[in-house]
Amino acid sequence: MAITLTPPLSGHDVRELSVGDPVLITGVIYTARDAAHQRLIELIERGEDLPVDLAGQIIYYTGPTPAQPGMATGSAGPTTSSRMDRFTPPLLAATGVRAMIGKGERSEEVSRSLGEHDAVYLVAVGGAGALLAEKIEAAEPAAWPELGTEAIFRLEVREFPAIVAIDTRGGNLYSAGRARYRRSASRKSC
Amino acid sequence: MRDIPASDITALVARLYQDANFNLPSDVIGALEGALLEEKSLTGIEVLETLLKNAGIAARKRVPLCQDTGLAVVFAEVGRDVHITGSTPQEAVDEGVDQARREGHLRASIVSDPCFDRVNTGTNAPAMLHLELVPGDSVKISVLPKGAGSENMSRTAMLKPADGPDGIIRFAVDTVEAAGANPCPPVFLGIGVGGSMDRAALLAKKALLRPAGEAHIDPRLGGLEQKIMDAVNDLGIGPGGFGGVVTCLGVAIEEYPCHIATLPVAVNIQCNSARRASGRI
Repeated sequence: MAITLTPPLSGHDVRELSVGDPVLITGVIYTARDAAHQRLIELIERGEDLPVDLAGQIIYYTGPTPAQPGMATGSAGPTTSSRMDRFTPPLLAATGVRAMIGKGERSEEVSRSLGEHDAVYLVAVGGAGALLAEKIEAAEPAAWPELGTEAIFRLEVREFPAIVAIDTRGGNLYSAGRARYRRSASRKSC
Repeated sequence: MRDIPASDITALVARLYQDANFNLPSDVIGALEGALLEEKSLTGIEVLETLLKNAGIAARKRVPLCQDTGLAVVFAEVGRDVHITGSTPQEAVDEGVDQARREGHLRASIVSDPCFDRVNTGTNAPAMLHLELVPGDSVKISVLPKGAGSENMSRTAMLKPADGPDGIIRFAVDTVEAAGANPCPPVFLGIGVGGSMDRAALLAKKALLRPAGEAHIDPRLGGLEQKIMDAVNDLGIGPGGFGGVVTCLGVAIEEYPCHIATLPVAVNIQCNSARRASGRI
């Protein structure tokens, strides 16, 4: 049974989540990827206001394709989260973001800072952009439209499916899943 | 000599690039369906079902399979007896990629300079065009929209000749292990062996054009492909990287002679959305 998440989320809401929990998000989420993160962190470092109040919000790492007629966005699946790793700890500390949706592993620092700031890392299925776009009902630029697909968009989603990949206690879906199905000895990468 | 107007090449690239982004090749769908029968992880099975459902939606609604509609990798085999008129092959292909972007609502994902300003070109061009002169009077074009998630996890190594097939297996497995969930598993592997550093990488990319389930014509290389596939599937990464027995859907090796002192190897990872399309003028 999936857990319904309706942002804004409280610390309590996310502490209740555990690795492997399927969630369905309904409400407003914000997109941000490489270029938007760069700008957000520059503003935070200069002590300036952000263009969007992210307290309690969910950030979705995606850069959608342009919308076809009759659609809110085009294809809109998750992008690789690790490119945002260096930005995530300061972003969590400064804004109170409660969750991020992406794909792939995160760094130790990100995992630690999720615990410190009561936030979780959610993942969606990479390669399912056409299906995920059907869960997006409205989209409008929220900041920096000149960045094109890399702008911050405010999305209204209904039953957007994701899985908890890192919870506030440091549990990790990827390492647990890999350990369970591994049939060979682990080797250091060359 | 046969004259082919550059506009014909543009039109073909525009059509192929859209087709590739909306329609997952039938052999890739077959490989995903096969994986569904093998996968033991329930989450893994759900991921595979989601990917098949996604392919259905993309084809039906002509929505891109993935929001990363790719860096346009284009292979053109140009007959020696062909004269392309009107513009250069690169200009013709770039125009086709941009036309596909406009008509198909694809994403512009290319920045003009990699180091400093990284300003989007807005056209999704330039394409990575690989031209080859072949006998005949026709032009064959293959497009491979390449997602960055899997491209970023690809690697090239200059092994020692003594490393041999075992070294190639080890490097391929280590590359996939280090990639983990990032390249959107289950993945395909294009592996280039031999040539030079640059040629190995090109062979790896070219190997990704081979349909899933087709082994190399040389049984020794076909056997090596199978060994790599088995070793990669033992990693347990699984669909979506959430753990499972299906990490890899196919391995294709292409080889070329090399220097007595070298064994270049390139592993190009392709995501589950293994898009490609070919056509001929």
